[in-house]
Amino acid sequence: MGEAKSCKVYVDVDVEFSSDGRMQPKWIRWVDGSIFKIDRVKQCVRAASRKAGGVGLRYTVVIGGQESQLYYEENYRWFVEAKQPC
Amino acid sequence: MERTILHSDMNSCYASIELLHHPELRGKPLAVGGDPEARHGIVLAKDQLAKKAGVKTGMALWQARRVCPEIIFVPPRMDLYLRFSRLAREIYADYTDMQEPFGLDECWMDVSQSGSCKGDGMTIAKEISNRIKFELGITVSIGVSWNKIFAKLGSDYKKPDAITEISRENYRQIVWPLPVEDLLYVGRATQKKLNLYGIHTIGELARTDPELLHRWFGKMGYVLSVFANGEDQTPVFMEDYHAPIKSIGNSTTTPRDLTTDTDVKIIVYALAESVSARLRENNFKCQVVEISVRDCDLYSFTRQHKIKAPTDLTSEIAEQAMELFRRHYRWRRSIRSVGVRACDLVQADCPVQLDLFMNEEKRERLHRMDTTVDVIRRRFGYESIQRGLMYQDRVLSNLNAKEDHTVHPRGYFADGNKTGAYAG
Repeated sequence: MGEAKSCKVYVDVDVEFSSDGRMQPKWIRWVDGSIFKIDRVKQCVRAASRKAGGVGLRYTVVIGGQESQLYYEENYRWFVEAKQPC
Repeated sequence: MERTILHSDMNSCYASIELLHHPELRGKPLAVGGDPEARHGIVLAKDQLAKKAGVKTGMALWQARRVCPEIIFVPPRMDLYLRFSRLAREIYADYTDMQEPFGLDECWMDVSQSGSCKGDGMTIAKEISNRIKFELGITVSIGVSWNKIFAKLGSDYKKPDAITEISRENYRQIVWPLPVEDLLYVGRATQKKLNLYGIHTIGELARTDPELLHRWFGKMGYVLSVFANGEDQTPVFMEDYHAPIKSIGNSTTTPRDLTTDTDVKIIVYALAESVSARLRENNFKCQVVEISVRDCDLYSFTRQHKIKAPTDLTSEIAEQAMELFRRHYRWRRSIRSVGVRACDLVQADCPVQLDLFMNEEKRERLHRMDTTVDVIRRRFGYESIQRGLMYQDRVLSNLNAKEDHTVHPRGYFADGNKTGAYAG
């Protein structure tokens, strides 16, 4: 219903754990190997992704001035909502 | 003080969770079904579209396909559903420490004490509903009332994704016109009997003289009257409350029909191993052994008998079960499922009168053997040590009853009758 076709893509993520127990993603490696540096984490909430199909901690991150959503699933893997199935 | 009780019910729980994880299947009728190869081929849950097409929970997969040819079956993933159940309970826990699950997908909450910081029942219900939608990606129906029975009716009243408040002002309009079988504990038999007496709605039940109901149904008559009038006092238990265990049992639908005593023996031993291991784990012994048998025409029966001395020995439980079986089954039909249950439990260390004609030394040795097997299995896995009997048929014995054991809804009266029904 107007929703762009989408799929769940698991990605490699570099994460910094601070001494007070916080988790901060630093960069993402996309499926083609290119690395995207995360400039800023705007928000972290528990949320479901209906688009990709999954639940977990949702990090709203800024990459190159663009906002995107990065999910940390309960199976200890990170995924993003891809624009096109791949 | 008047209580505020919520009952939250995840809408088509298993199917919704599967749809969330399979975006490509949305908009198609879907059912979660057991593995037809292992003959657990029934519909466990269905989505709204399949429901509309007439698919019902409990149907065989082929029946479901007949009423809804385009249906898609996905195998169940219990671990995933358990995870969602836990996540939902974490959300509920933000509002009260009095929450009592009823199966995986339903839960009662008593939020009477949360008013000052979280708002009234309806406010909390709306917040929970929104959070479940946002955080878990599925929907719930919530009933809000002053007792558990009406709260549950409220969550059933409108689905999916709805909140229904049943108050002292509106319950006569909402609850009373409902058919009597919507009430908890009005099963098929009770419904038939009530209908026979001309009682078809909950309202009619509520207005029936409790003494009359008592004459028809015994003690349950008072309980039904209390339920229908919204006078149920049963408390919502504190989180992590466990009702005392009254019996321990396992049953299974076998991978193929059983046709001989040896077939049954293999299954009975596998089940007895699980039952006795769980007895030992919980420090119990049983005084009664029960079997249940279901043949391929789905006719079933249970038989039990008291044993000489309390036991938690695999071999004794299995032998008792087999003896019951041999005495009561005539092999007119092949068998589809078998269950073994240990009842009338006592503490494992309670003093017993020894029997001159029982070899206690041998029992002691058997006990040591059983606990050794427990330890080996804990360390190296269930498959690491097996009885020779299990090698007679590897298909049948491919069953780990203990670890496959899953949770069923606990009975409403698991902790005794606390409805406040007059029983004098």
